[in-house]
Parts: sequence; structure tokens; C-alpha cells
Amino acid sequence: MADESIMTDEIKAMIGTLSEPVIMEVGRVAIRRYADAVGDENPLFHEVEDAKAAGYEDIICPPGFWGWPIKGRATIGGMSIVGAVLVKAGLFRILDGGVDQEFYIPIRAGDILTAYSKIADIREREGKAGKMIFTTVETTYLNQNGDTVAVNRATIIAR
Amino acid sequence: MAKKQIYYEDVEVGSEVPTLEKISTTQMAVRWAGASGDFNPLHWDESFAATQGTGGIITHGALKRAWLVQLVTDWIGAEGRVKKFACQYRGMDYPRRMATMGDPAEGETWLCKGTVANKKVEDGQHLVECDIWVENGKGEKTTPGSATVILPSKKA
Repeated sequence: MADESIMTDEIKAMIGTLSEPVIMEVGRVAIRRYADAVGDENPLFHEVEDAKAAGYEDIICPPGFWGWPIKGRATIGGMSIVGAVLVKAGLFRILDGGVDQEFYIPIRAGDILTAYSKIADIREREGKAGKMIFTTVETTYLNQNGDTVAVNRATIIAR
Repeated sequence: MAKKQIYYEDVEVGSEVPTLEKISTTQMAVRWAGASGDFNPLHWDESFAATQGTGGIITHGALKRAWLVQLVTDWIGAEGRVKKFACQYRGMDYPRRMATMGDPAEGETWLCKGTVANKKVEDGQHLVECDIWVENGKGEKTTPGSATVILPSKKA
């Protein structure tokens, strides 16, 4: 029993799946509210004048904040793409495993981002609590000029 | 901006990133949910959390990630930039409950820490690589990670 794989064909078939693009609006209020929730008083995330003095056009996002979805649903690490399939396979205990991010261009208030997510990898691993499914969702963020501003790789752990 | 800017030349391998103290509370979890858009009830609903095998409500991994981002962005100042960032949510953290409408109950305090692992100049960028982590009240690293930052140079 312990040796049996929990990977189903349906889960495996999710590798390579693309999500619908999600449009993210980067507003000043959203940035400030996010920074406040963290307890981060960095003036670059709050004060337009300080951000301008540092060479930015407007306040910028703390790295890892992408604004607020105005079209489509942004869920953590694209969990919506795989979540239903994992739950259907009886793996309803789902945890956020971590992130690996690259930042190319600072994101500032006024930007409109388009996020494209794909299931980059799904693998089975043996942990302390038994077998688990690790899913890597890779999300690429483009700004209104078509430039790639960041790439986020999120790991989802299901068991 | 009152804060003193740190430069590439100020940093050596082994240098410590100034520690950032945080207290995770259920109130912070709700605020974070609202601001980040992560409404997973695992982070604020006791009865749902009881079904998840986590031993109760746990702190959002992404909130701990945001603490570590603050650790780094506080340190690198207005002229620094984060190039790469990674962390893993290895250990679960349990938020303090609230004692009053605004004050947390007694309990654990979390420390965000970092040390410089490497520095190098690449493609004209002055890069500093750091090991970073969140430590719980017992001193266990529940959220290890790494960051690569671009610092200004005094020679530039």
C-alpha cells in the first residue's frame, strides 16, 4: 500500500497546461494596502515623491506583488488550474510549498500586467507524511508595453 | 529619504542583514488575505484548518515570503534592486490569537535574518547573493530562502 503511487493519469496529463491569461491592475491603493498588511513602511511603496526621487515614475510594488486581478481569477500559484484535479484524486490537503522568482523590471503604480501561467512540472515525492504530489506553476508577467517584468515559479504540495 | 544607502563595497561575504522582527497574528492573516487576494480558509478558519492536517490555522507562506522581501528591501535601500528571490515553506507557523481588538496575545515572535553568501560583478551589475530565513520562537528556520540583489557601487 505504501509503495503505491498517488499520481493519476489525469494529474500527469496536466503537465504543460496553460491557464487563461489574468489581467492585473497595479493601483496605488492596492500597493499601499499590501505593504500595510505586511507591516512594510518602505517609502518606495507608499510615497510618490520618494519613489520619484529614487528614479521611478510612481510608487513601486514590493517584489512579489503583482497588483489586483481585473480580468480572470488569480489564485496562489495558479492553484485553480490543478486544484480541482488534485482534489478529485483525493488529494484535498493542499499547501503552498514556496516560490522561485526573477525580477526584470520594477512594477509601478499605473502598470497593467498580463499573467500567463502554465503547469511546468508535476512529480511525486516521498515525505515524512507519505507520498505527495509537487506541482510547479510557472507564471510570466508582461506589462502594457509587452515587456516581461517577472517570472514566478510556485510549488504546490498536495497529499 | 532618511535611510543611509548601502553600497556593494560596504558588503562582505558573511556580512549580516539587519534582523527584522515580526509577530504573526490572526488579525494579520485576515489583513494579508484581503490585501494579497489569498482567501484560503486554512489561514483564518479553525474548523476548516482542522481538516487539513496542519495542526490548526497556519500563517500564509506568502506572508512569510513578504516578510523576507521586506528584510531584503529594507537593507538594500532605495537604490538597490531585487533580481532573484526564492524561499521554501518548510515548517508551519502558528499565528498568535488576539488579546484585544488591536493587541496580540503573548506568544511567539519571528525573526527574519540573512547573511551574505557571495558577491560578484556580472554584466556590469554589482550582485550580492544572500541566504535568508524566517526563524520561529524556538529558533527553527521554518522558511529558508535566498535572494540576489543589485547594489549601487561607489565606483560607478
